[in-house]
Amino acid sequence: MLKLEARPESSKLMSVMSPVLALAITVVIGTILFVMLGKDPMRGLYVFFVEPLKSVYALTELAVKATPLILIALGLAVCFRSNVWNIGAEGQFIVGGIAAAGVAMTADKETGRWIVALVLLAGVFGGMAWAGIVAFLRDRFNANEILVSLMLVYVADQFLGYMVYGPWKDPAGFNFPQTITFLKSTNVPKLFTGFRVNIGLIIALLAVAAFWVLLFRTYAGFQLQVGGLAPAAARYAGFSSRRALWTALLLSGGMAGLAGALEVAGPLGQLTPYVPAGYGFAAIIVAYVGRLHPVGIVFSGVLMSMFYIGGELAQSRLGLPKSLTGVFQGLLLFTLLACDTLIHYRIRWQAARPAPKAAVPIVSSANTATTGKGA
Amino acid sequence: MTFHSKRSLIKAAGWASLVATAALVGCGKKEETPAAAAASAAPVAAASAAPAKPEPLKVAFAYVGPVGDGGWTFAHDNARKAVEKQFGDKIVTSFVEKVPEAADAERVFRDMAGQGNKLIFGTTFGYMEPMLKAAADLKDVKFEHATGYKQAENMRTYDSRTYEGAYMAGVIAGGMTKTNTIGVVGSIPIPEVIRNINSFTLGAQSVNPKIKTKVVWINEWFNPPKETEAAQSLLNGGADVLMQNTDSSAVLQTAEKAGKYAFGWDSDMTAYAPKAHLASAIINWAPYYIKATGDALEGKWKGGEASWWGVKEGAIDIVSISDKVPAELKAKVETIKAGLKDGTFSIWKGPIMGADGKEVLAKDVVADDKFLGGVKFYVKGVEGKVPGDK
Amino acid sequence: MESFALLLAATLNAGTVLAFAALGLLINERAGIVNLGAEGMMLVAAVAGYATAVHTGSDWIAFAGGAAAGALLAAAFGVLVIWLNTNQYATGLALSLFGAGFSAFVGIRYTQEKLTERPRFEVPFLSDIPFVGPALFKQHPMVYIAIALTVALAWFLYRSRAGLVLRSIGESPESAHALGYPVRRIRLMAVMVGGALCGVSGAYISVVYTPLWVEGMVAGKGWIALALTTFATWRPARVLLGAYLFGGVTMLQFHLQGEGVQIPSQFLTMMPYLATIVVLVLISRNATFIRVNMPASIGKPFFPGS
Repeated sequence: MLKLEARPESSKLMSVMSPVLALAITVVIGTILFVMLGKDPMRGLYVFFVEPLKSVYALTELAVKATPLILIALGLAVCFRSNVWNIGAEGQFIVGGIAAAGVAMTADKETGRWIVALVLLAGVFGGMAWAGIVAFLRDRFNANEILVSLMLVYVADQFLGYMVYGPWKDPAGFNFPQTITFLKSTNVPKLFTGFRVNIGLIIALLAVAAFWVLLFRTYAGFQLQVGGLAPAAARYAGFSSRRALWTALLLSGGMAGLAGALEVAGPLGQLTPYVPAGYGFAAIIVAYVGRLHPVGIVFSGVLMSMFYIGGELAQSRLGLPKSLTGVFQGLLLFTLLACDTLIHYRIRWQAARPAPKAAVPIVSSANTATTGKGA
Repeated sequence: MTFHSKRSLIKAAGWASLVATAALVGCGKKEETPAAAAASAAPVAAASAAPAKPEPLKVAFAYVGPVGDGGWTFAHDNARKAVEKQFGDKIVTSFVEKVPEAADAERVFRDMAGQGNKLIFGTTFGYMEPMLKAAADLKDVKFEHATGYKQAENMRTYDSRTYEGAYMAGVIAGGMTKTNTIGVVGSIPIPEVIRNINSFTLGAQSVNPKIKTKVVWINEWFNPPKETEAAQSLLNGGADVLMQNTDSSAVLQTAEKAGKYAFGWDSDMTAYAPKAHLASAIINWAPYYIKATGDALEGKWKGGEASWWGVKEGAIDIVSISDKVPAELKAKVETIKAGLKDGTFSIWKGPIMGADGKEVLAKDVVADDKFLGGVKFYVKGVEGKVPGDK
Repeated sequence: MESFALLLAATLNAGTVLAFAALGLLINERAGIVNLGAEGMMLVAAVAGYATAVHTGSDWIAFAGGAAAGALLAAAFGVLVIWLNTNQYATGLALSLFGAGFSAFVGIRYTQEKLTERPRFEVPFLSDIPFVGPALFKQHPMVYIAIALTVALAWFLYRSRAGLVLRSIGESPESAHALGYPVRRIRLMAVMVGGALCGVSGAYISVVYTPLWVEGMVAGKGWIALALTTFATWRPARVLLGAYLFGGVTMLQFHLQGEGVQIPSQFLTMMPYLATIVVLVLISRNATFIRVNMPASIGKPFFPGS
């Protein structure tokens, strides 16, 4: 029978290959699904993996979709590496969007382009403030940040609803729940005319570089990582876990808020009840599949975007249902998590052994005290 | 190199090879449909050289809900099928369902254009801004927007006079209610829905001046569990005939469970609740879709227009009136229908009082479309205040 | 007065949906496992239950079908989390996303199907008592089963040996392991039972509460159930009361609307979530409080032999 045997040392090869393997398994299952639905599997794979890359236009659309995912995932990577579980990035995204909209709506015909910077900054601070609540409650009252951040997602969603149905509703909008369309001066500048991709892409790429430096080249980043991997060692070394908590949450909140601001002041151009698009949750997958590494996140962000766009295309090209996107995304994470075990364990054949009797205490075998999280 | 950067390099190589493999696989598939081959760089669709036989016109539909919702989207898709039947191989239709009312919609429209579609229908209000943006760049594509109010040179709007169906349902409701309280599950408090509530009330009052209308808003178009709870709350409040402006059959089913009456909306919902179903106020989009497609085929299509069709044009009807409805009531509804068809009957004809006691339409004055389009008040008989009303 | 009795009745109905799911999650979390995949499990169970009802015509077999679907998904989750020690939160999220997509996918052919006429339930005699009758005794049997389940679960956790073992695993799996209990197997059982109960809740939604299938119809109740378990500090009786409270919020919202009260509905909808945060703060602010109220090993992976 197959048995899992602990490796004496984490496998570096598997750290890299695990996402690839997970993707391969997902592709295989996807192929089976296509066949079961009576569609040509090669065509199906083509629509998901090649068509989103086929033209310049397609690539720019990919960038538009991937930018918020990458931005949020970068912040989440810092969080997860520090063992702070911010599940509420979606809420921070929403509040960032609300804050950005608030600033954007103060613009009038005379305002210059510089307001875009303010709009984006407002988004950052909005997201930070929302995440700050989580940090405060954890710091002061020890409240579990997972549940608090998750609850705040719903609160943020309802708050958004309140604003667009109430105080911020467009008076000329026939009572529809939406704000005014923001003036052109507040729109995030596009990179090229005719395409939707805007400077958010540049910001994202810069952020990737910045986060890489932060995590792997600065002392602060080192502290954060040690705090996550070996809290006891961090304590002995005098690294403040409190500072790590606040840094991680404020940083990820700010990134999520920035993504929200870019979305609201970019492709949307107004605030509607449909701003929460699930990016905050999808970014968690992006962060994981990207091994919590800035460069990896770029790739996994692109991959997730391909799933989104591919799902849309699959509908119009192949008549496949939209729900496939969710199936693939969930499958990918599942298989990734399963494949991750191969980093710490290997599979061995073993002749069946009689199970040890229940009353006998099991002696500890040589086993690395890993915490099961990817490094 | 540090461990980390070496790892990411290996990762990059792994990804690159994977993508390259996929690309090779893809490039091997040269038997692409002509449409996909034409989807090159710019969002402006590259028109293929005109062949000898006229190419079929490609028509695309964007739906906000699932085709199987049995309500709003279902009605649109039925109309799409009718258009296919009407024009045969002169057209090719396609659709994308569950397109969110957000920035993503713009991408869907652009992609449809990139696929060679020259006539695109967007079937919900929330597509207005994304469609405007797409229309600005894609000047050779014709855009049709349902229930909106902004047009462009290559974009026009269309809507249906759902309030006519609501009025006729109201007539039935007024005759069937025993508690003199009727209820409406409202979706989003926009003029269209408020107008429907008012028309429902006016219709009921025309046969039973004592009725009162209760309204509950769920702030969504489609949420069956919430629609159920809203309907239940109306029934709890004493209403025994329900109407809805939401997209599923949940309200009907709740009424059936409680032994009360309700109406189908958007599509014929008899099958969902045979005991509770009194009639269905349906929208038939086929006449308009056929006309629009015909216009496009014959080169008569003009942007910037706003069409608002009702019973007269065959876009609205009340169907499957149950046998429980007494014959005279049925006859009255048929008379009203005929009157709407030939223009001799007007629903919004004064005197009409607002819920605040002030007259909104003087005696014998017939409301024009502008008045109807801006209805943000309740008429007398409707309880409560319009949400968002200052 | 009559409308208030009906409001009460509707609240009981709405609360039952949450109660089943939250009690299932409670069993999970008492063993130390947090399953964020509740929403996904409920969705898949809803479509499974609906499909079963369509094909067999029997509600009760449908509930069983939903329970089976929930247990199956939970088992997959359990194997990953308990034996492969994957991160519980990420795995649960993956389950939620997968469940949402998968249920929508499988359910496509069922959106047009209808169920046979739904039976109406009444307790004879008792349902004729004015006010109390309509409020309490015209409910679907599942409402009463939920109450019975709460009592049984409380008895199980606090008065039975097996319940003690489960709780001890939740507090300190290492100690339980040292005592010779098959920690992982018990955890898997807890996870599967929890999944089955979430499944029952999902099937109840699609077969009884709103008898139809549309994708996404669970509409966030799985997440509310998760909040509810924490809000109730992991005690069955509090879970039931909290379920009625949370379930009642929507009904209360509509009731107030009907009465003409003008509070923006969004604030009412926010209440359960804010309330949960408040409770979290209250129970966590003191190390003793936490130890008394929260199973200590929640979310932490367990390695036998370490």
